[in-house]
Amino acid sequence: MTQVIATTPGLFPLPDWAKDELADLKGHQKTDLISGDESGEVVAAYDKAREGVISIQQDAGLDRVVEGQLRWDDMLAHPLAVHDSVETKGIVRYYDNNNFYREPVVQGDLSADGGDVAADLGAAAEHVNDGLQAVLPGPYSLADLATDEYYGDDAEFLDAVADFLVEEVNAFPDVETLFLLEPSLVENAPADGEDERAAEAIDAVASAADAEVVAHTYWGAIEEKAYAHLMDADVDAIGFDLVANHDQTVYNVQEYGTKDDVALGVVDGQNTLVEAPETIRDRIDWFEQQTNTAYDTVYATANTETFYLPVNKFEDKLKALANAADLEAAEA
Amino acid sequence: MTGPRDQFKPADHPNDHFLLTTVVGSYPKPKWHDRARELFEDEDADFGEDEWEESKDDASRLITHEHERAGLDVICDGEMRRNEMVEYFAHRIDGYEFNGRVKVWGHNYFDKPSVADEVEYGEQWLVEEFEFTDEVAERPVKVPITGPYTLANWSFNEVYDSEEQLAYELADLVNEEIEALVEAGARYIQIDEPALATTPDDHAIVGECLERIVDEIPDDVRLGLHVCYGDYSRIYPEILDYPVHEYDLELANGDYDQLDVFKEHEFTKDFAMGVLDAHTAEVESVEEIKENIKKGLEVVPPERLTVSPDCGVKLLPREVAYGKMENMVQAAREIEEELDAGEIDVVASGAEAHADD
Repeated sequence: MTQVIATTPGLFPLPDWAKDELADLKGHQKTDLISGDESGEVVAAYDKAREGVISIQQDAGLDRVVEGQLRWDDMLAHPLAVHDSVETKGIVRYYDNNNFYREPVVQGDLSADGGDVAADLGAAAEHVNDGLQAVLPGPYSLADLATDEYYGDDAEFLDAVADFLVEEVNAFPDVETLFLLEPSLVENAPADGEDERAAEAIDAVASAADAEVVAHTYWGAIEEKAYAHLMDADVDAIGFDLVANHDQTVYNVQEYGTKDDVALGVVDGQNTLVEAPETIRDRIDWFEQQTNTAYDTVYATANTETFYLPVNKFEDKLKALANAADLEAAEA
Repeated sequence: MTGPRDQFKPADHPNDHFLLTTVVGSYPKPKWHDRARELFEDEDADFGEDEWEESKDDASRLITHEHERAGLDVICDGEMRRNEMVEYFAHRIDGYEFNGRVKVWGHNYFDKPSVADEVEYGEQWLVEEFEFTDEVAERPVKVPITGPYTLANWSFNEVYDSEEQLAYELADLVNEEIEALVEAGARYIQIDEPALATTPDDHAIVGECLERIVDEIPDDVRLGLHVCYGDYSRIYPEILDYPVHEYDLELANGDYDQLDVFKEHEFTKDFAMGVLDAHTAEVESVEEIKENIKKGLEVVPPERLTVSPDCGVKLLPREVAYGKMENMVQAAREIEEELDAGEIDVVASGAEAHADD
C-alpha cells in the first residue's frame, strides 16, 4: 500500500507581521538584503517567524516539517548570496516570474565558507521532534543562478558548487528527508554532456545525506535525455510538477521508469485557488494509474516554492495537503 | 496626415517644428496627500469619505497645474487618485478579490489580487479622474490605463482556463472603459503593458488584446502603448502591427543601448522616447536631454517624435521630478528652434507614410 507523505518544497511566505518588522529593520533596497551577519534584532525576528511557520505546519498536520527558508531573500540563490567568496551584484529576474534576486558572482574558493543553511536547520530542529525536512537548491540550479568568475570552467564550477552543498549537508542535524530543488533542469535544460554532469553532481550531494533524498523538478517536465541521466543519480525519489505538465512527465516515467518513491507536485504554489483534498488525492491516483505503478511512498507536495502566495492561501494549501494524506489513510 | 497628433499642438506654439512633450503617468504624491490616505484608512481617525475626496481633488488639481507650469504639451494629474497600477483597477472590477501581500523582491511586496469569479465591469475606473483633470487643465489631457495583459499577468487566475483567456475578457472591459472615456471627451489614451517586457513571447496575445480594445474607438483618438524595462529585440518589429499610433519606450535607463533595435527595421509609427531616467534622483541638464532627443531623431523624423520620461516618476522626490519635466520641455523647445533653423540634420526619413490613423 502506498504511503502518502504530505510535505512542501519550503521557501515560505513571511508572516505579514514579519514582512513589516523586517522591512523596518533591514530596509527596502538591494544593499539591505540578508548578508549572513544580521543584527540581533533581525535574528530574533527570523527566529520568531521560523517558530511560527513550524507551528503552522505541525497544526496543519504535515508529515514533514521544513525550516521555511524565510531568510532566503534571494530564493534558491541564497546559499551563495551569503557566502564569503561571493559578491552579490544587480537585481535579476528569478526564472520567468515577476520576482527578483541579487545575482551572486563567485569570486573565490567555495570551500572556504558554509554552514548557513545548517544553522537555520539546527534552530528548527529544536522545535521539531520528528519529520524534519531539509531543503537545498540542487547543484545544477544553484550553479545556473550564479555567475562564475573564479573557476573559469562550467564543469569545474558545477563540481565546486556540489562540493559546497556536500559540506552543507555534512553539517546538518538529523533530518528525515532532504529536498534538492532543481527547477533549472526544466527551465534551462542541460546540454549534451552537461546533463550527465548535472546528474553526477546531484548524486554527490544526495550521497552525503543520511536521509531520504528527493530531487524535485518544476515549472514543466524535464527533457527526456536529462531525465534518463537523472535516473542514474542515487536519490530516493524524483519530484515532478504535475500542475505545469503532467503528460510529458507521465511519458518520461513510462519510458524510463522512476524510483521506488516519487514526489508529486499536486498543489499549485503560484495560484490562490485552493485545491480540495479529494482533488489532490485524485491527482495522485491518476499518476499511479497512468504509470501503472504502486509506489512505496508518494510525497504529496506543492509543485513550487510557496512564497508566491498570500499567507492565508498558503496556510489553506498546507491543510489541504495534510488532509489529502489523511484521506488516503482513512481509506486504507 | 498626423491627424491624431496635430490636435495637441498648442495654438501659441513658438516654433514651426513640434516635438510633443508629455509624461508617462505617475508623479510623486504630495506628502499631505499620502498622510490623508493614511488617515482615511485608519478607522480610528476622524477622516471620512468627504475629506478623502477633497484631498484627491486638491492633489489632482495641484499636480495637473504643476505639469502645465513645467510647460508640457499634454498632461495628466500624476495619478493622484490611484495607489498602484494593478490594485487600483482590480478594486473596480467585479470578480477580483484581495488576499494579502506577496513578495516581489527583498522586502518589497505587492497586494496581488486574485480573479475569483468571472470578471465584469463594476464601478467606473477613470472617467471621473479624466473629467476632473480635463476641467481644471488648460492643456490636453492624456489618460494612462493599465492594459489587460498586465492586469491578467500580475493577478492570480482562479477561474479562466488560461491567462490568455483572462486577458481577452479584461480587454473587453478596457474597451468599455475607453469608450466611456472617449464619450467624456478623452482624445489621448495610453495603454500600459509593462508585463509584455517580461514575457515577450506573448506579444501576439497583447496584439489580440489591443484589437479588442480599439474596437469602435474613433480614428481621431490617439492611442499609445507604453512598455518598459525589457529586451525590445524580442518584441520589435512585431509590435508595429499593433493597432496603436504611438509606442512609448524606456531607453534612457539603459543609456540607449537598445536604440539600434529600432533602426534595423524602419519605425513606421510615432516614437515616444524616454529622454529622462525615472530612477535616478539627479535632474538631467538641458544639454544632456537635447542629446537624448537627437537620438530619437535617428529613429523617426520630428513630426513623429514624442518626448517623455522613461516611465512614471512617482518614486522620485517631487522637486526632482519637476526639475526633470521643466528641463525636458526646454530641451525640446531648443531642439525645435534648431530644427527650424536647419541646424540639425534629421537622419530618419519622413517620407514613409504615417501610421494608419
